[in-house]
Amino acid sequence: MIIRGVAIEDTFAEAFGMRATRLIITADTAEWAETAGRSLTGFATSVIACGCEAGIEKRLSASETPDGRPGITVLIFAINSKELQKQLQLRVGQCVLTTVGSACFSGLEAAEHLKLGGQLRYFGDGFQIAKKIGERRYWRIPVMDGEFLCEDQVGMTRGVGGGNFLIIGRNTRTVRAAAERAIAAMNKIPNIIMPFPGGVARSGSKIGSKYKGLPASTNDAYCPTLKAETASKLPAEAGSVLEFVIDGLTADDISAAIRAGIVAACDAEAAGEVLQITAGNYGGKLGQFKFHLRELMA
Amino acid sequence: MSGFSLTVTRPPRQRLDLSPLLPEQLAGMTAEAVAAIPLVCGNRQLRVDEVFEVARAESEALVIRNQGARLDHLGNGMTAGELILDGDAGAYAGLAMSGGRLTIRGQAGPFAGAAMQGGILEIGGNAGDWLGGGLPGERRGMTGGLILLRGDAGRRAADRQRRGVILIEGNAGDFLGARMVAGTTIVLGEAVGRYPGFAMKRGTLLLRHGARQMLPTFADAGRQELGFLRLLGAFLTPHSSKYAAAAPHFAALRRFVGDAASSGKGEILAAGD
Repeated sequence: MIIRGVAIEDTFAEAFGMRATRLIITADTAEWAETAGRSLTGFATSVIACGCEAGIEKRLSASETPDGRPGITVLIFAINSKELQKQLQLRVGQCVLTTVGSACFSGLEAAEHLKLGGQLRYFGDGFQIAKKIGERRYWRIPVMDGEFLCEDQVGMTRGVGGGNFLIIGRNTRTVRAAAERAIAAMNKIPNIIMPFPGGVARSGSKIGSKYKGLPASTNDAYCPTLKAETASKLPAEAGSVLEFVIDGLTADDISAAIRAGIVAACDAEAAGEVLQITAGNYGGKLGQFKFHLRELMA
Repeated sequence: MSGFSLTVTRPPRQRLDLSPLLPEQLAGMTAEAVAAIPLVCGNRQLRVDEVFEVARAESEALVIRNQGARLDHLGNGMTAGELILDGDAGAYAGLAMSGGRLTIRGQAGPFAGAAMQGGILEIGGNAGDWLGGGLPGERRGMTGGLILLRGDAGRRAADRQRRGVILIEGNAGDFLGARMVAGTTIVLGEAVGRYPGFAMKRGTLLLRHGARQMLPTFADAGRQELGFLRLLGAFLTPHSSKYAAAAPHFAALRRFVGDAASSGKGEILAAGD
Protein backbone atom coordinates (compact mmCIF):
# COMPACT_ATOMS: atom_id res chain seq x y z
CA MET A 1 0.00 0.00 0.00
CA ILE A 2 1.32 3.44 -0.95
CA ILE A 3 -0.22 6.74 0.21
CA ARG A 4 1.19 9.78 -1.63
CA GLY A 5 4.42 7.96 -2.28
CA VAL A 6 4.78 6.69 1.29
CA ALA A 7 4.88 2.93 1.70
CA ILE A 8 2.57 1.59 4.42
CA GLU A 9 4.19 -1.58 5.62
CA ASP A 10 2.07 -4.70 5.99
CA THR A 11 2.42 -4.93 9.76
CA PHE A 12 0.55 -4.11 12.92
CA ALA A 13 0.94 -2.26 16.16
CA GLU A 14 0.53 -4.36 19.25
CA ALA A 15 -1.12 -2.82 22.29
CA PHE A 16 -2.02 -3.86 25.80
CA GLY A 17 -4.93 -3.58 28.17
CA MET A 18 -4.36 -0.95 30.84
CA ARG A 19 -6.33 0.78 33.56
CA ALA A 20 -7.18 4.37 32.83
CA THR A 21 -8.75 7.41 34.42
CA ARG A 22 -9.55 10.94 33.36
CA LEU A 23 -9.25 14.02 35.57
CA ILE A 24 -10.59 17.50 35.04
CA ILE A 25 -8.28 20.11 36.50
CA THR A 26 -9.46 23.70 36.77
CA ALA A 27 -7.85 26.89 37.97
CA ASP A 28 -8.48 30.62 38.03
CA THR A 29 -6.84 30.96 34.63
CA ALA A 30 -6.28 28.58 31.72
CA GLU A 31 -2.55 29.04 32.18
CA TRP A 32 -2.57 27.79 35.77
CA ALA A 33 -4.76 24.81 34.84
CA GLU A 34 -2.26 23.98 32.11
CA THR A 35 0.59 24.36 34.59
CA ALA A 36 -1.04 21.87 36.94
CA GLY A 37 -1.60 19.46 34.06
CA ARG A 38 1.96 19.72 32.79
CA SER A 39 3.29 19.11 36.26
CA LEU A 40 1.02 16.11 36.83
CA THR A 41 1.85 14.55 33.47
CA GLY A 42 5.58 15.19 33.75
CA PHE A 43 7.83 12.11 33.87
CA ALA A 44 4.93 9.95 32.76
CA THR A 45 6.17 8.81 29.34
CA SER A 46 6.27 5.07 29.87
CA VAL A 47 5.08 2.57 32.45
CA ILE A 48 8.47 0.91 32.16
CA ALA A 49 10.06 3.45 34.49
CA CYS A 50 7.50 6.12 35.34
CA GLY A 51 4.72 4.07 36.92
CA CYS A 52 2.15 5.43 34.53
CA GLU A 53 1.65 7.10 31.18
CA ALA A 54 -0.16 10.40 31.27
CA GLY A 55 -0.87 13.39 29.11
CA ILE A 56 -3.09 16.41 28.70
CA GLU A 57 -6.04 15.31 26.57
CA LYS A 58 -7.73 18.62 25.83
CA ARG A 59 -8.38 22.17 26.99
CA LEU A 60 -11.79 23.08 28.41
CA SER A 61 -13.48 26.46 28.39
CA ALA A 62 -15.06 27.77 31.59
CA SER A 63 -18.49 26.64 30.42
CA GLU A 64 -17.32 23.03 30.08
CA THR A 65 -15.98 22.48 33.61
CA PRO A 66 -17.80 21.57 36.83
CA ASP A 67 -16.86 24.79 38.61
CA GLY A 68 -17.16 27.21 35.73
CA ARG A 69 -13.45 27.97 35.47
CA PRO A 70 -11.07 27.18 32.63
CA GLY A 71 -9.51 23.76 32.77
CA ILE A 72 -7.94 20.78 31.10
CA THR A 73 -8.55 17.07 31.01
CA VAL A 74 -5.78 14.60 31.71
CA LEU A 75 -5.70 10.88 30.98
CA ILE A 76 -3.59 8.58 33.14
CA PHE A 77 -2.85 4.94 32.26
CA ALA A 78 -1.18 2.28 34.41
CA ILE A 79 -0.71 -1.45 34.23
CA ASN A 80 -3.18 -2.24 37.01
CA SER A 81 -5.63 -0.51 39.29
CA LYS A 82 -3.32 -0.63 42.30
CA GLU A 83 -0.54 1.19 40.46
CA LEU A 84 -3.03 3.64 38.97
CA GLN A 85 -4.35 4.41 42.44
CA LYS A 86 -0.82 5.00 43.69
CA GLN A 87 0.16 7.24 40.79
CA LEU A 88 -3.08 9.19 40.97
CA GLN A 89 -2.65 9.97 44.63
CA LEU A 90 1.05 10.84 44.30
CA ARG A 91 0.70 12.99 41.23
CA VAL A 92 -2.45 14.90 42.22
CA GLY A 93 -1.04 15.32 45.73
CA GLN A 94 2.30 16.66 44.58
CA CYS A 95 1.35 18.49 41.40
CA VAL A 96 -2.30 19.64 41.53
CA LEU A 97 -2.85 20.18 45.24
CA THR A 98 0.25 22.37 45.15
CA THR A 99 -0.80 24.47 42.13
CA VAL A 100 -2.20 27.96 42.77
CA GLY A 101 -5.99 28.03 42.83
CA SER A 102 -6.47 24.55 41.38
CA ALA A 103 -9.36 22.13 41.77
CA CYS A 104 -9.59 18.52 40.61
CA PHE A 105 -12.62 16.52 39.49
CA SER A 106 -13.45 13.16 37.99
CA GLY A 107 -13.70 13.30 34.21
CA LEU A 108 -14.98 9.78 33.66
CA GLU A 109 -18.28 8.13 34.46
CA ALA A 110 -17.48 4.49 35.11
CA ALA A 111 -18.59 1.56 37.21
CA GLU A 112 -15.23 1.27 38.94
CA HIS A 113 -13.65 4.02 40.97
CA LEU A 114 -10.36 5.19 42.43
CA LYS A 115 -10.01 7.23 45.57
CA LEU A 116 -8.89 10.79 45.04
CA GLY A 117 -10.07 13.31 47.63
CA GLY A 118 -10.81 10.32 49.85
CA GLN A 119 -7.03 9.89 50.17
CA LEU A 120 -5.80 13.44 49.78
CA ARG A 121 -8.15 14.71 52.48
CA TYR A 122 -5.72 13.65 55.19
CA PHE A 123 -3.53 16.56 54.15
CA GLY A 124 -6.21 18.70 55.79
CA ASP A 125 -5.12 17.34 59.20
CA GLY A 126 -8.67 17.20 60.51
CA PHE A 127 -9.71 20.59 59.12
CA GLN A 128 -10.91 19.08 55.83
CA ILE A 129 -14.62 19.28 55.07
CA ALA A 130 -16.65 16.79 53.01
CA LYS A 131 -19.42 18.24 50.86
CA LYS A 132 -21.97 16.17 49.03
CA ILE A 133 -23.62 18.20 46.30
CA GLY A 134 -26.19 16.26 44.31
CA GLU A 135 -24.84 12.76 43.88
CA ARG A 136 -21.18 13.79 44.02
CA ARG A 137 -18.96 14.07 47.04
CA TYR A 138 -16.14 16.57 47.30
CA TRP A 139 -13.47 17.45 49.80
CA ARG A 140 -12.53 20.97 50.81
CA ILE A 141 -8.93 20.81 51.96
CA PRO A 142 -7.63 24.01 53.56
CA VAL A 143 -4.45 25.31 51.90
CA MET A 144 -2.57 28.59 52.11
CA ASP A 145 -4.43 30.29 49.23
CA GLY A 146 -7.86 29.15 50.36
CA GLU A 147 -9.23 25.68 49.79
CA PHE A 148 -8.24 22.86 47.45
CA LEU A 149 -11.48 21.40 46.11
CA CYS A 150 -11.21 17.79 45.07
CA GLU A 151 -13.75 15.14 44.12
CA ASP A 152 -13.90 12.18 46.50
CA GLN A 153 -13.42 9.55 43.81
CA VAL A 154 -12.80 9.31 40.10
CA GLY A 155 -13.99 6.83 37.51
CA MET A 156 -11.68 4.10 36.28
CA THR A 157 -12.00 2.19 33.02
CA ARG A 158 -10.12 -0.44 31.02
CA GLY A 159 -8.07 1.42 28.46
CA VAL A 160 -5.56 0.46 25.81
CA GLY A 161 -1.89 1.39 25.96
CA GLY A 162 0.91 1.13 23.44
CA GLY A 163 -0.79 1.81 20.13
CA ASN A 164 2.00 3.01 17.88
CA PHE A 165 3.40 3.75 14.46
CA LEU A 166 6.75 4.89 13.11
CA ILE A 167 7.63 7.41 10.45
CA ILE A 168 10.75 6.60 8.44
CA GLY A 169 12.15 9.41 6.30
CA ARG A 170 15.18 10.82 4.60
CA ASN A 171 16.42 13.19 7.30
CA THR A 172 15.65 14.54 10.75
CA ARG A 173 14.23 17.84 9.52
CA THR A 174 11.59 16.37 7.25
CA VAL A 175 10.68 13.51 9.59
CA ARG A 176 10.30 15.97 12.45
CA ALA A 177 8.06 18.13 10.29
CA ALA A 178 5.93 15.11 9.37
CA ALA A 179 5.76 14.16 13.05
CA GLU A 180 4.56 17.63 13.98
CA ARG A 181 1.79 17.40 11.40
CA ALA A 182 0.79 13.98 12.75
CA ILE A 183 0.76 15.24 16.35
CA ALA A 184 -1.38 18.23 15.43
CA ALA A 185 -3.89 15.91 13.75
CA MET A 186 -3.92 13.38 16.58
CA ASN A 187 -4.34 16.08 19.21
CA LYS A 188 -7.80 16.65 17.77
CA ILE A 189 -8.85 13.06 18.47
CA PRO A 190 -10.66 12.66 21.80
CA ASN A 191 -9.96 9.99 24.42
CA ILE A 192 -6.27 9.56 23.56
CA ILE A 193 -2.93 10.84 24.77
CA MET A 194 0.58 10.58 23.39
CA PRO A 195 2.68 10.38 26.54
CA PHE A 196 6.14 11.04 25.10
CA PRO A 197 7.64 14.55 24.97
CA GLY A 198 5.68 16.57 22.45
CA GLY A 199 3.78 13.41 21.55
CA VAL A 200 6.64 11.60 19.88
CA ALA A 201 9.59 9.38 20.87
CA ARG A 202 12.92 9.23 19.14
CA SER A 203 14.34 6.48 21.31
CA GLY A 204 12.16 3.55 20.38
CA SER A 205 13.20 0.49 22.34
CA LYS A 206 13.37 -3.24 21.94
CA ILE A 207 12.90 -5.72 24.76
CA GLY A 208 16.10 -6.74 26.53
CA SER A 209 19.73 -5.78 26.25
CA LYS A 210 23.19 -7.24 26.11
CA TYR A 211 23.59 -5.85 29.61
CA LYS A 212 22.14 -7.85 32.49
CA GLY A 213 19.13 -6.40 34.23
CA LEU A 214 18.28 -3.85 31.59
CA PRO A 215 14.69 -4.57 30.48
CA ALA A 216 14.81 -2.46 27.33
CA SER A 217 17.46 -1.01 25.07
CA THR A 218 17.69 0.97 21.86
CA ASN A 219 15.79 -0.42 18.90
CA ASP A 220 18.92 -0.90 16.82
CA ALA A 221 16.98 -2.21 13.80
CA TYR A 222 15.53 1.29 13.37
CA CYS A 223 18.64 3.35 14.23
CA PRO A 224 19.87 4.89 10.97
CA THR A 225 23.46 5.11 12.18
CA LEU A 226 23.57 1.34 12.71
CA LYS A 227 22.43 0.31 9.24
CA ALA A 228 25.82 -1.18 8.45
CA GLU A 229 26.32 -3.13 11.67
CA THR A 230 22.94 -4.58 12.68
CA ALA A 231 19.98 -6.37 11.11
CA SER A 232 18.51 -3.07 10.03
CA LYS A 233 14.91 -2.79 8.93
CA LEU A 234 15.49 0.58 7.31
CA PRO A 235 15.71 1.31 3.60
CA ALA A 236 19.11 2.49 2.40
CA GLU A 237 18.04 6.12 1.99
CA ALA A 238 16.49 6.42 5.50
CA GLY A 239 18.13 8.96 7.77
CA SER A 240 15.65 9.41 10.62
CA VAL A 241 12.84 7.55 12.39
CA LEU A 242 10.32 8.80 14.95
CA GLU A 243 7.79 6.73 16.89
CA PHE A 244 4.36 7.69 18.16
CA VAL A 245 2.95 5.90 21.17
CA ILE A 246 -0.77 6.34 21.70
CA ASP A 247 -2.82 5.38 24.75
CA GLY A 248 -6.59 5.51 24.43
CA LEU A 249 -9.71 4.76 26.40
CA THR A 250 -10.78 2.27 23.70
CA ALA A 251 -9.14 0.50 20.75
CA ASP A 252 -11.38 2.51 18.39
CA ASP A 253 -9.96 5.75 19.76
CA ILE A 254 -6.43 4.53 19.05
CA SER A 255 -7.44 3.41 15.55
CA ALA A 256 -8.85 6.86 14.85
CA ALA A 257 -5.66 8.49 16.10
CA ILE A 258 -3.33 6.27 14.08
CA ARG A 259 -5.40 6.90 10.96
CA ALA A 260 -5.41 10.68 11.48
CA GLY A 261 -1.69 10.70 12.27
CA ILE A 262 -0.69 8.72 9.19
CA VAL A 263 -2.89 10.81 6.89
CA ALA A 264 -1.31 14.00 8.23
CA ALA A 265 2.22 12.62 8.08
CA CYS A 266 1.73 11.55 4.47
CA ASP A 267 0.42 14.82 3.09
CA ALA A 268 1.77 16.69 0.09
CA GLU A 269 4.76 17.99 2.01
CA ALA A 270 5.86 14.40 2.67
CA ALA A 271 6.38 13.61 -0.99
CA GLY A 272 9.82 12.17 -1.49
CA GLU A 273 10.81 12.86 2.11
CA VAL A 274 8.76 10.41 4.15
CA LEU A 275 9.63 6.94 2.90
CA GLN A 276 7.71 4.48 4.97
CA ILE A 277 5.20 4.06 7.81
CA THR A 278 5.55 1.01 10.00
CA ALA A 279 4.55 -0.13 13.49
CA GLY A 280 6.04 -1.90 16.45
CA ASN A 281 4.94 -5.29 17.72
CA TYR A 282 6.18 -8.33 19.59
CA GLY A 283 5.07 -10.91 17.07
CA GLY A 284 1.46 -10.60 18.16
CA LYS A 285 1.79 -12.92 21.11
CA LEU A 286 1.89 -10.46 24.00
CA GLY A 287 -0.69 -7.77 23.38
CA GLN A 288 -4.47 -8.11 23.44
CA PHE A 289 -4.92 -5.48 20.73
CA LYS A 290 -3.55 -5.37 17.19
CA PHE A 291 -3.81 -2.42 14.85
CA HIS A 292 -3.06 -3.48 11.28
CA LEU A 293 -1.86 -0.41 9.44
CA ARG A 294 -3.16 -1.38 6.02
CA GLU A 295 -6.59 -2.27 7.40
CA LEU A 296 -6.75 1.07 9.19
CA MET A 297 -5.78 3.00 6.07
CA ALA A 298 -7.91 0.99 3.62
CA MET B 1 -46.22 5.40 37.18
CA SER B 2 -49.46 6.00 39.03
CA GLY B 3 -51.27 8.61 36.97
CA PHE B 4 -54.10 9.33 39.40
CA SER B 5 -55.62 12.54 40.63
CA LEU B 6 -57.26 12.52 44.05
CA THR B 7 -59.42 15.49 44.91
CA VAL B 8 -60.64 16.09 48.45
CA THR B 9 -64.42 16.26 48.29
CA ARG B 10 -65.38 15.35 51.88
CA PRO B 11 -62.64 16.60 54.25
CA PRO B 12 -62.77 14.63 57.52
CA ARG B 13 -62.81 16.43 60.85
CA GLN B 14 -59.74 14.59 62.11
CA ARG B 15 -56.28 14.61 60.63
CA LEU B 16 -55.77 12.14 57.83
CA ASP B 17 -52.62 10.02 57.46
CA LEU B 18 -51.71 9.79 53.76
CA SER B 19 -48.75 7.41 54.20
CA PRO B 20 -50.23 4.70 51.90
CA LEU B 21 -50.65 7.06 48.95
CA LEU B 22 -47.25 6.85 47.30
CA PRO B 23 -46.81 7.07 43.53
CA GLU B 24 -44.68 3.94 43.41
CA GLN B 25 -47.31 1.95 45.31
CA LEU B 26 -50.22 3.14 43.19
CA ALA B 27 -48.45 2.30 39.96
CA GLY B 28 -50.30 -0.48 38.20
CA MET B 29 -53.33 -0.32 40.48
CA THR B 30 -56.85 0.11 39.18
CA ALA B 31 -58.93 3.13 40.17
CA GLU B 32 -61.19 0.78 42.17
CA ALA B 33 -58.22 -0.55 44.12
CA VAL B 34 -56.98 2.95 44.84
CA ALA B 35 -60.45 3.98 46.00
CA ALA B 36 -60.45 1.12 48.51
CA ILE B 37 -57.08 1.89 50.14
CA PRO B 38 -57.63 2.35 53.87
CA LEU B 39 -56.38 5.58 55.46
CA VAL B 40 -56.03 6.22 59.18
CA CYS B 41 -58.06 9.19 60.35
CA GLY B 42 -58.01 9.83 64.06
CA ASN B 43 -59.02 6.55 65.72
CA ARG B 44 -60.77 5.06 62.70
CA GLN B 45 -60.09 4.05 59.13
CA LEU B 46 -61.55 5.60 56.00
CA ARG B 47 -61.45 4.40 52.44
CA VAL B 48 -59.78 6.76 49.98
CA ASP B 49 -63.09 7.33 48.18
CA GLU B 50 -64.73 8.42 51.43
CA VAL B 51 -62.53 11.52 51.30
CA PHE B 52 -61.33 11.86 47.73
CA GLU B 53 -62.74 11.72 44.27
CA VAL B 54 -60.43 9.34 42.42
CA ALA B 55 -59.73 9.89 38.72
CA ARG B 56 -57.20 8.69 36.19
CA ALA B 57 -54.80 11.46 35.19
CA GLU B 58 -52.94 11.91 31.96
CA SER B 59 -49.68 12.75 33.65
CA GLU B 60 -47.42 10.19 35.28
CA ALA B 61 -47.58 12.02 38.58
CA LEU B 62 -49.90 11.31 41.45
CA VAL B 63 -51.78 14.59 42.02
CA ILE B 64 -53.66 15.29 45.22
CA ARG B 65 -55.89 18.35 45.41
CA ASN B 66 -56.63 19.51 48.91
CA GLN B 67 -59.21 21.93 50.15
CA GLY B 68 -59.94 21.92 53.85
CA ALA B 69 -58.41 18.60 54.89
CA ARG B 70 -55.42 18.21 57.21
CA LEU B 71 -53.22 15.79 55.36
CA ASP B 72 -50.30 14.43 57.38
CA HIS B 73 -47.48 12.14 56.29
CA LEU B 74 -47.75 13.09 52.65
CA GLY B 75 -45.12 11.13 50.69
CA ASN B 76 -44.00 9.33 53.85
CA GLY B 77 -41.04 7.11 52.90
CA MET B 78 -41.49 7.83 49.21
CA THR B 79 -38.78 6.23 47.08
CA ALA B 80 -39.59 7.13 43.46
CA GLY B 81 -42.00 8.86 41.12
CA GLU B 82 -43.70 12.21 41.46
CA LEU B 83 -46.29 13.32 43.96
CA ILE B 84 -47.89 16.75 43.70
CA LEU B 85 -50.09 18.32 46.34
CA ASP B 86 -52.26 21.18 45.17
CA GLY B 87 -53.04 22.90 48.46
CA ASP B 88 -51.65 22.76 51.96
CA ALA B 89 -49.95 19.84 53.68
CA GLY B 90 -50.12 18.97 57.35
CA ALA B 91 -47.26 17.64 59.44
CA TYR B 92 -44.51 15.25 58.36
CA ALA B 93 -44.68 15.86 54.60
CA GLY B 94 -41.87 13.94 52.92
CA LEU B 95 -40.90 12.24 56.18
CA ALA B 96 -37.97 9.88 55.53
CA MET B 97 -38.47 10.07 51.78
CA SER B 98 -35.51 8.63 49.88
CA GLY B 99 -36.27 9.33 46.23
CA GLY B 100 -38.62 10.86 43.72
CA ARG B 101 -40.05 14.34 43.77
CA LEU B 102 -42.65 15.67 46.18
CA THR B 103 -44.12 19.06 45.32
CA ILE B 104 -46.39 20.93 47.70
CA ARG B 105 -47.92 23.96 46.04
CA GLY B 106 -49.23 25.40 49.29
CA GLN B 107 -47.94 25.54 52.86
CA ALA B 108 -46.36 22.69 54.80
CA GLY B 109 -46.71 21.99 58.52
CA PRO B 110 -44.02 21.01 61.01
CA PHE B 111 -41.40 18.34 60.32
CA ALA B 112 -41.56 18.67 56.53
CA GLY B 113 -38.65 16.69 55.06
CA ALA B 114 -37.74 15.39 58.50
CA ALA B 115 -35.33 12.46 58.40
CA MET B 116 -35.31 12.79 54.63
CA GLN B 117 -32.73 10.59 52.88
CA GLY B 118 -32.98 11.50 49.21
CA GLY B 119 -35.10 12.90 46.42
CA ILE B 120 -36.47 16.41 46.09
CA LEU B 121 -39.05 18.08 48.32
CA GLU B 122 -40.37 21.38 46.99
CA ILE B 123 -42.67 23.55 49.08
CA GLY B 124 -44.25 26.52 47.33
CA GLY B 125 -45.37 28.34 50.48
CA ASN B 126 -44.02 28.43 54.01
CA ALA B 127 -42.97 25.51 56.18
CA GLY B 128 -43.46 24.95 59.89
CA ASP B 129 -40.84 24.20 62.51
CA TRP B 130 -38.25 21.45 62.17
CA LEU B 131 -37.95 21.59 58.38
CA GLY B 132 -35.49 18.83 57.43
CA GLY B 133 -35.03 18.07 61.10
CA GLY B 134 -35.12 14.82 62.98
CA LEU B 135 -37.98 13.18 64.80
CA PRO B 136 -37.95 13.64 68.56
CA GLY B 137 -35.44 11.25 70.08
CA GLU B 138 -33.65 10.61 66.81
CA ARG B 139 -29.96 11.47 66.60
CA ARG B 140 -30.07 12.60 63.00
CA GLY B 141 -32.21 14.88 60.92
CA MET B 142 -32.07 14.98 57.16
CA THR B 143 -29.39 12.67 55.73
CA GLY B 144 -29.71 13.35 52.00
CA GLY B 145 -31.70 14.90 49.19
CA LEU B 146 -32.76 18.43 48.41
CA ILE B 147 -35.42 20.60 50.04
CA LEU B 148 -36.53 23.66 48.11
CA LEU B 149 -38.61 25.99 50.25
CA ARG B 150 -39.94 28.97 48.34
CA GLY B 151 -41.33 30.71 51.43
CA ASP B 152 -40.23 31.05 55.05
CA ALA B 153 -39.17 28.33 57.47
CA GLY B 154 -40.17 28.11 61.12
CA ARG B 155 -37.82 27.47 64.00
CA ARG B 156 -35.10 24.84 64.09
CA ALA B 157 -34.90 24.19 60.36
CA ALA B 158 -32.03 21.78 59.54
CA ASP B 159 -31.92 20.56 63.12
CA ARG B 160 -29.34 17.74 63.37
CA GLN B 161 -28.95 17.73 59.60
CA ARG B 162 -26.35 15.16 58.55
CA ARG B 163 -26.20 15.52 54.75
CA GLY B 164 -28.13 16.98 51.83
CA VAL B 165 -29.08 20.52 50.88
CA ILE B 166 -31.88 22.73 52.19
CA LEU B 167 -32.57 25.91 50.25
CA ILE B 168 -34.83 28.39 52.04
CA GLU B 169 -35.67 31.20 49.64
CA GLY B 170 -37.45 33.19 52.34
CA ASN B 171 -36.59 33.79 55.99
CA ALA B 172 -35.73 31.31 58.72
CA GLY B 173 -36.73 31.22 62.38
CA ASP B 174 -34.66 30.79 65.54
CA PHE B 175 -32.05 28.07 65.97
CA LEU B 176 -31.49 27.46 62.29
CA GLY B 177 -29.14 24.46 61.89
CA ALA B 178 -29.08 23.72 65.58
CA ARG B 179 -27.03 20.62 66.45
CA MET B 180 -26.18 20.27 62.79
CA VAL B 181 -23.72 17.45 62.02
CA ALA B 182 -23.00 18.12 58.33
CA GLY B 183 -24.72 19.13 55.12
CA THR B 184 -25.64 22.52 53.70
CA THR B 185 -28.51 24.87 54.46
CA ILE B 186 -29.00 28.17 52.67
CA VAL B 187 -31.22 31.09 53.61
CA LEU B 188 -31.76 33.75 50.96
CA GLY B 189 -34.24 35.88 52.92
CA GLU B 190 -33.29 38.95 54.91
CA ALA B 191 -34.27 37.62 58.31
CA VAL B 192 -32.67 34.76 60.17
CA GLY B 193 -33.85 34.19 63.72
CA ARG B 194 -31.76 34.04 66.86
CA TYR B 195 -28.74 31.82 67.30
CA PRO B 196 -28.20 30.03 64.01
CA GLY B 197 -25.84 27.06 64.34
CA PHE B 198 -26.56 26.46 68.02
CA ALA B 199 -24.43 23.45 69.14
CA MET B 200 -23.43 22.87 65.53
CA LYS B 201 -20.68 20.24 65.06
CA ARG B 202 -19.94 20.53 61.34
CA GLY B 203 -21.84 21.58 58.25
CA THR B 204 -22.50 24.81 56.42
CA LEU B 205 -25.08 27.54 56.91
CA LEU B 206 -24.98 29.95 53.99
CA LEU B 207 -26.84 33.17 54.74
CA ARG B 208 -27.45 35.70 51.99
CA HIS B 209 -27.93 38.55 54.47
CA GLY B 210 -26.05 37.22 57.49
CA ALA B 211 -27.64 36.88 60.90
CA ARG B 212 -28.47 39.64 63.34
CA GLN B 213 -28.05 37.66 66.51
CA MET B 214 -25.11 35.28 66.44
CA LEU B 215 -23.86 33.12 69.25
CA PRO B 216 -20.67 34.36 70.92
CA THR B 217 -19.24 30.87 70.36
CA PHE B 218 -18.74 31.51 66.63
CA ALA B 219 -15.38 32.99 65.69
CA ASP B 220 -14.85 35.29 62.72
CA ALA B 221 -12.40 33.81 60.18
CA GLY B 222 -12.62 36.81 57.86
CA ARG B 223 -13.61 37.15 54.20
CA GLN B 224 -13.09 34.07 52.05
CA GLU B 225 -13.53 32.99 48.45
CA LEU B 226 -14.71 29.39 48.51
CA GLY B 227 -14.59 27.26 45.38
CA PHE B 228 -17.24 24.76 46.47
CA LEU B 229 -19.87 27.51 46.23
CA ARG B 230 -19.41 27.46 42.46
CA LEU B 231 -20.40 23.79 42.48
CA LEU B 232 -23.30 24.53 44.77
CA GLY B 233 -24.36 27.32 42.43
CA ALA B 234 -24.24 25.03 39.41
CA PHE B 235 -26.33 22.50 41.33
CA LEU B 236 -28.97 24.93 42.63
CA THR B 237 -29.32 27.37 39.76
CA PRO B 238 -31.59 25.05 37.72
CA HIS B 239 -33.86 24.75 40.78
CA SER B 240 -33.95 28.35 41.93
CA SER B 241 -33.79 31.63 40.05
CA LYS B 242 -33.53 33.38 43.43
CA TYR B 243 -30.37 31.45 44.22
CA ALA B 244 -29.00 32.32 40.78
CA ALA B 245 -29.65 35.99 41.50
CA ALA B 246 -27.98 35.75 44.91
CA ALA B 247 -24.98 33.72 43.74
CA PRO B 248 -22.79 36.71 42.76
CA HIS B 249 -22.92 37.80 46.41
CA PHE B 250 -21.36 34.49 47.42
CA ALA B 251 -18.14 35.10 45.48
CA ALA B 252 -16.60 36.35 48.71
CA LEU B 253 -18.21 36.04 52.10
CA ARG B 254 -17.46 36.13 55.77
CA ARG B 255 -16.76 32.81 57.46
CA PHE B 256 -17.71 32.26 61.07
CA VAL B 257 -16.55 29.01 62.66
CA GLY B 258 -18.32 27.26 65.52
CA ASP B 259 -20.11 26.33 67.61
CA ALA B 260 -17.13 26.30 69.99
CA ALA B 261 -19.48 25.06 72.72
CA SER B 262 -19.82 21.90 70.62
CA SER B 263 -17.04 20.36 68.50
CA GLY B 264 -16.85 23.66 66.65
CA LYS B 265 -16.07 22.73 63.06
CA GLY B 266 -19.24 24.06 61.53
CA GLU B 267 -19.36 27.26 59.53
CA ILE B 268 -21.74 30.11 58.97
CA LEU B 269 -21.00 31.83 55.68
CA ALA B 270 -22.49 35.29 55.63
CA ALA B 271 -22.70 37.35 52.47
CA GLY B 272 -22.76 41.12 52.70
CA ASP B 273 -25.20 43.47 50.98
